[in-house]
Amino acid sequence: MKKLKITPIKNGTVIDHITPGFAVKVLHVLKIPESTSSVVSVAINVKSRIGKKDIVKVENRELDTKEVDKIALIAPKATINIIRDFEVVEKHKVQLPDEIVGIVKCSNPTCISNAKEPVKSRFLLVSDDPPSIKCYYCERETEDIAERII
Amino acid sequence: MDFKNRDVISIKDFSKEEINYILNYTKKMVPYAKGEKHTDILREKILSSLFFEPSTRTRLSFESAMNRLGGRVIGFADPSATSQKKGESLADTIRMADSYADAIVIRHPQEGAARLSTEFAESPVLNAGDGAGQHPTQCLLDLFTIITERKKIKGNKIVLLGDLKYGRTVHSLAYALSLLGAELTFVSPESLKMPKEVINECKEFGVEPSSISNLERAVKDADVLYVTRIQKERFPDAEEYNRVVGMYKVDIDLLKHAKEDLIIMHPLPRVVEIDPEVDKTPYALYFKQAFNGVPVRMALLSLILGGKKL
Repeated sequence: MKKLKITPIKNGTVIDHITPGFAVKVLHVLKIPESTSSVVSVAINVKSRIGKKDIVKVENRELDTKEVDKIALIAPKATINIIRDFEVVEKHKVQLPDEIVGIVKCSNPTCISNAKEPVKSRFLLVSDDPPSIKCYYCERETEDIAERII
Repeated sequence: MDFKNRDVISIKDFSKEEINYILNYTKKMVPYAKGEKHTDILREKILSSLFFEPSTRTRLSFESAMNRLGGRVIGFADPSATSQKKGESLADTIRMADSYADAIVIRHPQEGAARLSTEFAESPVLNAGDGAGQHPTQCLLDLFTIITERKKIKGNKIVLLGDLKYGRTVHSLAYALSLLGAELTFVSPESLKMPKEVINECKEFGVEPSSISNLERAVKDADVLYVTRIQKERFPDAEEYNRVVGMYKVDIDLLKHAKEDLIIMHPLPRVVEIDPEVDKTPYALYFKQAFNGVPVRMALLSLILGGKKL
């Protein structure tokens, strides 16, 4: 009998199809474990029909869609599954919000948002896939977004 | 069209119609800027002028503009004499300036400083240059200069020459010229080429800029030659600077290839890229261009501070 490396969860959220190797960054964006006391399982480099992927499962907690959408910055193909009583009751692909605040650091070292000013970093969405964002302050597009996660 | 209390941070914040409106209103300001006519439509208004970086033309022309409109200016041209020196944040400096004046003009070495200032000021903020970022009033005065000399922008063949990579004026200008329908040619050393994202913005307006390395060929059928300084301070390597600095030079010999009514512009300061001999020719428009900073800034200040229409 085929045995799953991670067992299904009864209730909670499954983030599937995360770009392989990015699960830890996804946790970082979602501020896990700081923001939750739930059981969280992480699988990295899981074989799938279209190659490898990472998976994150958060038990007994339905993550807020808007919050989870932020992970599209680093895993644009991820899907969010809300599980109730072992059934998927909601499923959607992550979608970046038009504005991303306080998650990414501007790649421009002389941008004012990198100075000691009382503001959070702020980016406007340029394109979804591949994710491309532009700093609200200096108007530069940020490269290597995954490396710039605060 | 209502500009009252509007911030002026980037030329991209303005529509084509709004840009044309400002440029038309600027025409009315010229005799006042020259001192031929007098007005005090901004009497009792105070402009806070915060220059965290050196400036000659921009600062003086903002001050002249405010004075010509009957307003007053407070501020500084050297941040070493301010609380910044004690470690005060820009946000706090802006909060103070906001409470002392009706509008704030800011030049700052860091990109995005003007945009950030709008979050801490209730009064309108005018960006007088933020690092290698935006310089919208320079862009407007460049557009005004071209319109004054060539009657319109659409269809003019405009060559942008020099440091197209780091030069803050050329990025906003390429955007605005494309928006207004000019034909663009870029000439620069290989290492200082126009960034792709700026070229893509031009294309969004249906303009296909051409990039060539031969200046003689570019100048041949040009209507406007816009020259920029190669900025030594942007180069991490002095050797690379020395290699590119003398690569292009506008001199009398080059102008033998030019159309009779070509105009040469430069945001100044100029170093070696235009031979002083060119100053005496009818092609040279850069000093008149610098004067145009006054009527353009008068128009903006008047519109933003709600001065009575002239």
